[in-house]
Amino acid sequence: MKSSTFALVCVVVAALVFAALRWYGNEYLFFAGYVVLQFIVLATAWNILGGYTGYVNFGSAAFFAVGAYSSIFFHKTFPLPIPVLIVIGGVFAGLVGLGMGYLTLRLRGAFFAIGTLALAVVLQTIITNWTYLGGSRGAYVIRPDEIALVGPYVQYLFLLMLGLAVIAIMVARGIEHSQLGYGFATIRDDELAAEASGVPTLKLKLIATTISGALMGMAGAPFPYYLGYVQPGTVFGLEYAVNSIAMPMIGGTTSWVGPLIGAILLASLQQWATVKFSSELGVLFVGVLLVVFVVLAPKGIVGLVEGWRRGKV
Amino acid sequence: MVDIPYDLIVNALVAGLLLGAFYAAVTVGVSISFGILDIVNIAHPGFIILGSYLAYIINARLGLDPIVASLLMLPVFYALGALVYQVYYQSFEKRGQDALRGLAFFFGLLFVTEIVLVLVFGVDYRYVHASYIGPSWNIGIVDLPLRMLVPCLVALALVAALQVFLTKTFIGRAIMGVAQDQLALQLMAASPTRIKRTAFAISIATCAIAGALLIIIQPVEPSVGREYIGRVFAICVLGGLGSLPGTLIGAMMLGILESFTSTFYGPSWAPAVAFGVLLLVLAFRPSGLFGR
Repeated sequence: MKSSTFALVCVVVAALVFAALRWYGNEYLFFAGYVVLQFIVLATAWNILGGYTGYVNFGSAAFFAVGAYSSIFFHKTFPLPIPVLIVIGGVFAGLVGLGMGYLTLRLRGAFFAIGTLALAVVLQTIITNWTYLGGSRGAYVIRPDEIALVGPYVQYLFLLMLGLAVIAIMVARGIEHSQLGYGFATIRDDELAAEASGVPTLKLKLIATTISGALMGMAGAPFPYYLGYVQPGTVFGLEYAVNSIAMPMIGGTTSWVGPLIGAILLASLQQWATVKFSSELGVLFVGVLLVVFVVLAPKGIVGLVEGWRRGKV
Repeated sequence: MVDIPYDLIVNALVAGLLLGAFYAAVTVGVSISFGILDIVNIAHPGFIILGSYLAYIINARLGLDPIVASLLMLPVFYALGALVYQVYYQSFEKRGQDALRGLAFFFGLLFVTEIVLVLVFGVDYRYVHASYIGPSWNIGIVDLPLRMLVPCLVALALVAALQVFLTKTFIGRAIMGVAQDQLALQLMAASPTRIKRTAFAISIATCAIAGALLIIIQPVEPSVGREYIGRVFAICVLGGLGSLPGTLIGAMMLGILESFTSTFYGPSWAPAVAFGVLLLVLAFRPSGLFGR
């Protein structure tokens, strides 16, 4: 499928989803749907670095938080419309991602993963001690109930996240089918050999960390407006790190479809478990599924389906 | 220059040393699993918290001393470690799967342990009772809380015992041998898998003791383990991966650094110290201060 056709399909699907929810007319569905879409963006962004280049990022929450807190900062100093805040959050988180990319100069494999975890804790401590941004007590954002053209505010946020999800998926698919994607794959398979054959590995890794970080930051930017209240403990929560790893791993890391499937399944499962039982049980499902899939089905759902089809044909 | 009281510095130093010895007990397990066996067990702090909770249950139900309780739990943790290694070996090491999935596996384990503890015990802080929790000795201007001194001594004994085990006994030397040359070991008709399983089981067994020490030092709730991920890996890398004396020195350094940070800047900055040190060491001296 050509990129332009794919973009058209994405937009049509997104429009249909929005229209269907609007027609159904239940406000809660927008509320829950926002979270699912947010995880689609996070999982897809994680996979651009983790799945394509093989560098595991345990610090997804940090990028999400950078986006959320850049919104808080501008909300306090110079209020801007949310689409602008999303771009700004993306820029800041992208810069942090660029910095993280330079870590790959010295750190490979497990050391890089632990380094990203360290990055998240250092950022969390800075934010916790930054009183202007609310410190450990958190910060409130007062949002309007309605907005022109769309109506209820939650629908507006949903629409923005829907747009972001479409962008993230198109970016991921675009990378996969371009020279960039092949470059990333060489790094994943054998970085030393790639470097020796003249692949500019550092440049590629910097591109991957920056894009991945920027998308995560963009997913975090509208978050203060969604919840109305942000606290370091929530946005730096381990849940974001675990989810953004578990969704691609369970879906399948080799293509853009994997994180999409994983995010839709796991995020919906968690929303359902949160309402039915408790949110702890929801994340427990995710943790258990992650361990089970990594052990029993390393290629994820996509791999299982492919294996099944190959076996049948 | 600001005049800093002399006794404040001395006390911060002593507190740091006591804390550092405890950190060494928390880290020895990772020094074995990560440093010697190359298994990136991020779930290690999760097992430590599990050890804390078991010490808490035994202490609350049977009134046993938490350290005695942890010694009783050693076989259980040893078996748990052997089981985890078996799964890890079958699904990752044997298949030659990339280490990254193994990393996700341990990350998942850490998370699952934490959530299960939250579901069973809730997020309330739990603590243990023992005669040495509370009183403290005063030697001149120095304050020695027994709550810190007892874990410090137990930790030093643990590290010393492991060091003797690794350098003087046959199995201990075989474990060191696995790290150096697996093939040579196979040629000597020894099974690397079995030796690695033993070593990994020992590393998890240390969690029983470290967990009991942790809950003596501070009240514990399930998410406390996260703070220790940074500490154990910072110390392990600082100490030069797999060297127990290096681990002890690295742990002491981090303990002192954290103690000074909380004395002079406030406790809310302390968590960043370990990770900050880790980032700096990884960036500038990845082989550690006493690197091989």
